[in-house]
Amino acid sequence: MRNLREFIRKYNAFFLFLIFEVFSLIIYVKYNSFQKATFITSSNEVTGGLYARVSDLYKYLSLKSVNDSLAAENARLRNQLKSSFYVDSVTKHKVVDTIYKQQYEYIVAKVINNSINSPKNYITINKGSQQGVAVGDGVMCNLGIVGKVINVSAHFAVVQSLLHKDSRFSAILANNKELGYIEWGDDLDPHKGLLNDVSNNAQPKIGEQVVTSGHSLFPEGIPIGKISNLHTKAGGFSLNMEVTLAVDFSKLEYVNVVSNKLAAEQSGLEAQQKKDE
Amino acid sequence: MPLNNRDWRLNRKKMSRTIIINVIRFIVLVFIQVFLLKNINVYNLATPYLYILFILLLPFETPNILVFVLAFMTGLTIDAFYDTPGLHAAACTVLALVRILFISITVQKDGFDNEPEPTLSIMGLRWFFTYTVVLTLFHHFFLFAFEAFNFLEIQYTLGRLAVSSVFTILLMLISGFLFFKRKERK
Repeated sequence: MRNLREFIRKYNAFFLFLIFEVFSLIIYVKYNSFQKATFITSSNEVTGGLYARVSDLYKYLSLKSVNDSLAAENARLRNQLKSSFYVDSVTKHKVVDTIYKQQYEYIVAKVINNSINSPKNYITINKGSQQGVAVGDGVMCNLGIVGKVINVSAHFAVVQSLLHKDSRFSAILANNKELGYIEWGDDLDPHKGLLNDVSNNAQPKIGEQVVTSGHSLFPEGIPIGKISNLHTKAGGFSLNMEVTLAVDFSKLEYVNVVSNKLAAEQSGLEAQQKKDE
Repeated sequence: MPLNNRDWRLNRKKMSRTIIINVIRFIVLVFIQVFLLKNINVYNLATPYLYILFILLLPFETPNILVFVLAFMTGLTIDAFYDTPGLHAAACTVLALVRILFISITVQKDGFDNEPEPTLSIMGLRWFFTYTVVLTLFHHFFLFAFEAFNFLEIQYTLGRLAVSSVFTILLMLISGFLFFKRKERK
């Protein structure tokens, strides 16, 4: 003990130096953000790397909830899109405030059953009549159209996929608005569709976008796919062409059910016309 | 360096005079540093740090702990004006250690009565020049090293060290000659 005291007394300058230096460096590192950041990053390279990996893992674990929230947000944003409103031109002159009335409503749903291998493919989604899904509603995802609802229960709905030999959707060429209809290709390839009955004067190009026409379930301009081959079948009075579908049906996870609020009115009117004829 | 308590207490009048001189010196140097020299910044490279002269000129008899405390407080005072808490304090603490080591190596302890302060007029040009060069280089080196805090800009840091050190040493020598008191050495 005495030796220790002697030792400290002999080299007191050094010990005092240590004390003061450590003290000032603590102040320095603590109160200067740049040095703090540098010190922490340089001295914690190892722990920093570890933290990055752990946070990657956590992110992966929370992917499900992130997906849910993003899908919900997509639906909410689609509800605000101009294309989901219909111009109420009758009241336009009278009421300045309400130019738009909502025509299309989107309900987010999760795909809980899906098939792409059979000639008749169906998709089951986890939203039903209680959430507002009705038979005849269109179904789409962020990449393009998916199909239409053919059956609903309280909490589930069955969607007839575009990959179904009976599916037909009205479609147009994005550039020149030539009308046709899209159906699944003959060879059961889940990436190929056929655009039929396009007028002969249309001059489609390979790579041209095919979108919905707005005549039926979907708002106008929802992507369907791109033309990949112009000469599939001899068409006679009309052109047929092969379309690469925009949606990868094997990877469907979230879809939006599109309910056209004016669909009943439209179809009723059209039925009336047919009856009259 | 043992405390020379007897001398420290006996000569009270001399001591109070020393204290007053050092307080004035401290205030003047800090004012010069923060209001004049802080604005001198040649090409963003050279800034003289003359305030360390206060620590350099403390009397030989100052106990180690007082040297450290004063150096630390001086550094903190400068830091308060430079907005870099701890930076100058750390550099000044290094300076205090170097001062103590340098003096213990080069000055005989029994000569303290005749040579109370390490000034140019008392110690002579040769010793004082070496003293300022060594201490300034140490202080500036640690100051710039702490400030940069990495080795990426080492050339820039060394450039600043060299130019600033020359500037500081020059100012110290000038002030040494300004306050030169012709005094016969016994």
